[in-house]
Amino acid sequence: MATQQTRTLGRFAVAPSVLSLFLWMIVPLAMTIYFSFLRYNLLDPNYACSLMHPDQLLDGANRCLAGFSNYSYFLTDPAFFRAMGNSLKLVGWVLGISVVFGTLLALLLDQPFFGQGIVRLMMIAPFLVMPTVSALVWKNMMLNPVSGMIAYLFKSVGLQPIDWFAHAPLTAVVIMVSWQWVPFATLILLTSLQSLDGEQKEAAEMDGTPPLSYFWYIVLPHLIRPMTVVILIETIFLLNVFAEIYVTGTAGTAGNLPFLVYQYGLIANDIGGASAGGIIAVILANIVAFFLMRMIGKNLDA
Amino acid sequence: MARKVSTNRKLLITVLAWGIGLLIFFPILWTILTSFKTEGDAIAQPPQFLFFNWTMENYGIVQERSNYLLFAFNSIVLALGSTFFALLIAIPSAWAMAFAPGKRTKDLLMWMLSTKMMPPVGALIPIYLIFRDVHLLDTRFGIITVLMLLNLPIIIWMLYTYFKEIPGEILEASRMDGASLAKELIYVLTPMALPGIASTLLLNIILAWNEAFWTLALTTKDAAPLTQFIASYSAPEGLFWAKLSAASTMAIAPILVLGWFAQKQLVRGLTFGAVK
Repeated sequence: MATQQTRTLGRFAVAPSVLSLFLWMIVPLAMTIYFSFLRYNLLDPNYACSLMHPDQLLDGANRCLAGFSNYSYFLTDPAFFRAMGNSLKLVGWVLGISVVFGTLLALLLDQPFFGQGIVRLMMIAPFLVMPTVSALVWKNMMLNPVSGMIAYLFKSVGLQPIDWFAHAPLTAVVIMVSWQWVPFATLILLTSLQSLDGEQKEAAEMDGTPPLSYFWYIVLPHLIRPMTVVILIETIFLLNVFAEIYVTGTAGTAGNLPFLVYQYGLIANDIGGASAGGIIAVILANIVAFFLMRMIGKNLDA
Repeated sequence: MARKVSTNRKLLITVLAWGIGLLIFFPILWTILTSFKTEGDAIAQPPQFLFFNWTMENYGIVQERSNYLLFAFNSIVLALGSTFFALLIAIPSAWAMAFAPGKRTKDLLMWMLSTKMMPPVGALIPIYLIFRDVHLLDTRFGIITVLMLLNLPIIIWMLYTYFKEIPGEILEASRMDGASLAKELIYVLTPMALPGIASTLLLNIILAWNEAFWTLALTTKDAAPLTQFIASYSAPEGLFWAKLSAASTMAIAPILVLGWFAQKQLVRGLTFGAVK
């Protein structure tokens, strides 16, 4: 058991990280909430306020209270609906694709074959590629309608190449993001498969269990937990996809919630509106986080 | 137990696995190949696979035109710097939580994890304004701070799960033998903790190297890492695929190598110890 002395020491040891994380979380969040109720534009800090609410000017920066108008403005912006839809579609599609293909690939890689190590490395590699590189490589060398590799494949089987970024920008983003996250799912599920009890496998084989029922009754239940982990963790990351949209210039059509907030704030300089959007994104993420925390909390006990 | 696997089946799976593996790896392979082509060959139809004029000139041009080395230097400084400072404050914390847990240690860990759930856009505007006002925008110090805080929860969690595996009895034994706390830390704990710390270090370098939200939003030139360097290629001028490929290859190569060594740690770190 830890003594009183080590416990006190422990508190000192924990303090720096707790304090810095607390500041990192609370200060920006509090400011974002505060800004979200202000009329506050970086380029034109006092115009709207002095004109419309001369009595409500706040401080030297000439910001004034806006009530919930930033929220109502953001929530009724048609761009918000598009961004929200894109966010959900992106998360939904990539999750579906990575769980299905991740499971299939993990099952495949779990079989004995020649060159396992090398194949595994090749399959994990996309996850290690920085998002801006992945976006540009896919946009140009893979999906370009004239000289891209996919266009070449389409043409060689007699199909009309698709101009992905003009006609199906979200599909293009889903493809490039999935390419990065299927390997993640594969890696996690494979790791979990390899911890499956070898004796169970042998017993099933001796009993002549057909492969499908073996998968259904033994493998799948074993994979449920890592699958949940994959889904929850990918959701967190996928809700925040940014670089792929930033780099491919698909903001107008495939832009998601994070990108819309970025546009409001750092491009249009509307700090109030961007903050309201940020808070909406936080609420959304918290709903997801609620489930993730419960999940991992349970694992901690086990 | 070694199971009997028919050779035919093994061959079939080998072919299938290699096929799919190459398919998934293809965009990377293609980028590397294209980086050795002339711009004409890079966009040639049908695509040139191996029989083109191999050239190294793209690498020289990329360095000359957009100063690759400066960005690479920034990437290295940001990745190593943020990892170093994060470890500096994470190691004592994880040590304390693993070996002197209090009643609230579990809640504390969960809370730390929850900070990771906060979407960056929720903090973007204030951080941007604070950085603007204290002149930290586009400085290495500013980005190092952000990256450190960003990955701190993952680092603490990962260290915690590693430290947890060190049997506490060994520490107690050394304590009973009269080892001081300092000796306990240096001679007993550190050697056993080093592999875990090394893994954490590796994972964090990868995460910091590839981070592409804050680095894109908060840097422009002076502190810009390779993510920004590549993003600058999104506005093409004329023929540029071969140069883009050379730039991309240089941006991802170091991390591909590191990541291949760190596969297991990747799983553990990114699932907060839930899958090992």
